[in-house]
Amino acid sequence: MSDKKKRSEDELLEKVTSTEYKYGFTTDIESDTIPKGLSEEVVRIISAKKNEPSWMLEYRLNAYKAWLEMEEPNWANVNYKKPDYQDVIYYSAPKQKPVLDSLDDLDPEMKNTFDKLGISLEEQKKLANVAVDIVMDSVSVATSFKETLSEKGIIFCSISDAIQEHPKLVKKYLGSVVPTRDNFFSALNSAVFSDGSFCYIPKGVKCPMELSTYFRINEAGTGQFERTLLIADEGSQVSYLEGCTAPMRDENQLHAAVVELVAMDDADIKYSTVQNWYPGNDEGVGGVFNFVTKRGICYKNAKISWTQVETGSAVTWKYPSCILKGDNSIGEFFSVAVTNNFQQADTGTKMIHLGKNTKSTIIAKGISAGKSNGNYRGLVRISKGATNSRNFSQCDSLLMGDKCGSHTFPYIEVKNNSSKIEHEATTSKIGEDQLFYCNQRGIGTEQAIALIVNGYCKDVLNQLPMEFAVEAQKLLEISLEGSVG
Amino acid sequence: MLKIKNLKAGIEDNQILKGINLEVNAGEVHAIMGPNGSGKSTLASVIAGKEEYEVVEGNIDFEDDDILELSPEERAQKGVFLSFQYPVEIPGISVSNFIKTSISEQRKATGMKPMSTKDLLKMMRDKMELLNIKSGYLSRNMNEGFSGGEKKRNEVFQMAMLNPKLSILDETDSGLDIDALRIVANGVNKLKNKNNATIVITHYQRLLDYIVPDFVHVLHNGRIIKSGGKELALELEEKGYDWITKEADKKWD
Repeated sequence: MSDKKKRSEDELLEKVTSTEYKYGFTTDIESDTIPKGLSEEVVRIISAKKNEPSWMLEYRLNAYKAWLEMEEPNWANVNYKKPDYQDVIYYSAPKQKPVLDSLDDLDPEMKNTFDKLGISLEEQKKLANVAVDIVMDSVSVATSFKETLSEKGIIFCSISDAIQEHPKLVKKYLGSVVPTRDNFFSALNSAVFSDGSFCYIPKGVKCPMELSTYFRINEAGTGQFERTLLIADEGSQVSYLEGCTAPMRDENQLHAAVVELVAMDDADIKYSTVQNWYPGNDEGVGGVFNFVTKRGICYKNAKISWTQVETGSAVTWKYPSCILKGDNSIGEFFSVAVTNNFQQADTGTKMIHLGKNTKSTIIAKGISAGKSNGNYRGLVRISKGATNSRNFSQCDSLLMGDKCGSHTFPYIEVKNNSSKIEHEATTSKIGEDQLFYCNQRGIGTEQAIALIVNGYCKDVLNQLPMEFAVEAQKLLEISLEGSVG
Repeated sequence: MLKIKNLKAGIEDNQILKGINLEVNAGEVHAIMGPNGSGKSTLASVIAGKEEYEVVEGNIDFEDDDILELSPEERAQKGVFLSFQYPVEIPGISVSNFIKTSISEQRKATGMKPMSTKDLLKMMRDKMELLNIKSGYLSRNMNEGFSGGEKKRNEVFQMAMLNPKLSILDETDSGLDIDALRIVANGVNKLKNKNNATIVITHYQRLLDYIVPDFVHVLHNGRIIKSGGKELALELEEKGYDWITKEADKKWD
């Protein structure tokens, strides 16, 4: 082992151990949380706690002022009790999960799910926050990952670190794709975001590995108001994975994240998400509200591809979008959204065609089971200057049982008559005939449903990186277990 | 192998099968013929365990076990195969993936080790040759966009892969042109041996020119009204069904 490598491993080990120590033993003398509610004072405290430069504080304060004048949107086809924004704590130190002595202490239901997902024991320990073990393997893997990335000049760190260490980049691009005033939740996020990821790929660099938040050392759980900024400079390429197939429980009910992607000329960004927040129990009690703003901008010849598998949350409000600003740029959206029990989802995409010869593809697959309600909402806008632009949309819904619902709201605005738009939509049910056919071939009903659902989602799952796709497939099976009686 | 005694079954209040008795032994081919609406397809579905049918009386023993309480998949795992009259589409699932799942589930149920991908592919190639199926077929989605003939051939291909003890061919000849019929029938004949049995359900004698039955049963109004050898099929072809159905109607009215 080289000295350099040894050193960084030692550093990491120390980092990890000291972190465990901090969580496990001492309580910070400084208070970890601040009083409930949102005010200018609270925004100032958050910024101060994070030791931010003045421009960042100003950014937050402007966002807060904008938010005060905005109203929570209610056009989405979902029903929920609106959160009391003065009853939320807007800053707390990295979440402290209970530390377990071993995996045997883990909630058996959780353990069962981990096993079904095929998550390795080591990874399970990490997810479940099991103490003691410091897994040499994963530490060294992470170390070599970090080395490989920095050799290429790739920056991949938390957004808090980026604000300190790469202020020029952050200042230039933060809010450039999702302006503070974009919507109620983005304004809220801009004012109070706690942490998130930052990524910069330099000109002409092809990122040698899939970037996943899992490998960001010392990452302390996903925050309530997460902020992600990803910049792919000219001619660069990156594939980014967000989320986790393992179920994520959180006592914070309200989640409002913002993700901004910038694809400079000839750059290519692939952004894949698997979202499995706690959806509430069988009766629909509890569960996370997930209000996310995700948007990317494409300059000349650039491409942004969003792929999402959404199985969690009680309420989902999410429209990953592409602004196709540069000529010949491409936007793609591939989505599987599953709702079961009492879950509600209003999700889709916006493709804004500004440049000439811009192309977009939308493949959205909704699966509704139980008493849930799934909605696709999408906008395709072809502006005046978007000569010869094209869009293809396909929105399919699959219903399981007769108590669920599914709706499609496609909006199309065309201001250039040389453009071409195609829209296809289907609604289907898993038929008794299909199930009996599978049964007759020796395939049990649960397995048959999984098979049929996987076939239905194939076009989207194929877009995911290989390993992620396998996990996502299993996740779909688990999410729909027991959904047909 | 299969013993059906006084089987009465139907949907809700509508009794379709009114007392079927049938015994099928290993190595035999039985043809069940009859006019439309006589209950032929219902009989096939009830043997396979389709849940919408309710059995009100009688029993079905398969290899000396009562299978009436078993689920459709358990019956399939025991070796009962139904070639569907209308095979169902499963979009996005390739033929190879479907058959792989089917074989692995059946092997799992009988405590056998999973088959290696290599062996599975070899077996698929062999059976494709047997049924004159062109390459490229395995990656097509199950029955999606298949012609009538392709669907039926796909059924017989699955039968060849699963190697069931009892095969029930429900109107396998319907929708087939004469060439396709010959290929499918040839395949069925090649799969026949002294350890398995076949029930051929058909409206016409045509298929029986190719798959020669040991026994022919005429089903009418939920009952087997006449049984005989292969010559009975020829007689039906010549005279139609009326001469025996009228006689039977007199008897049961």
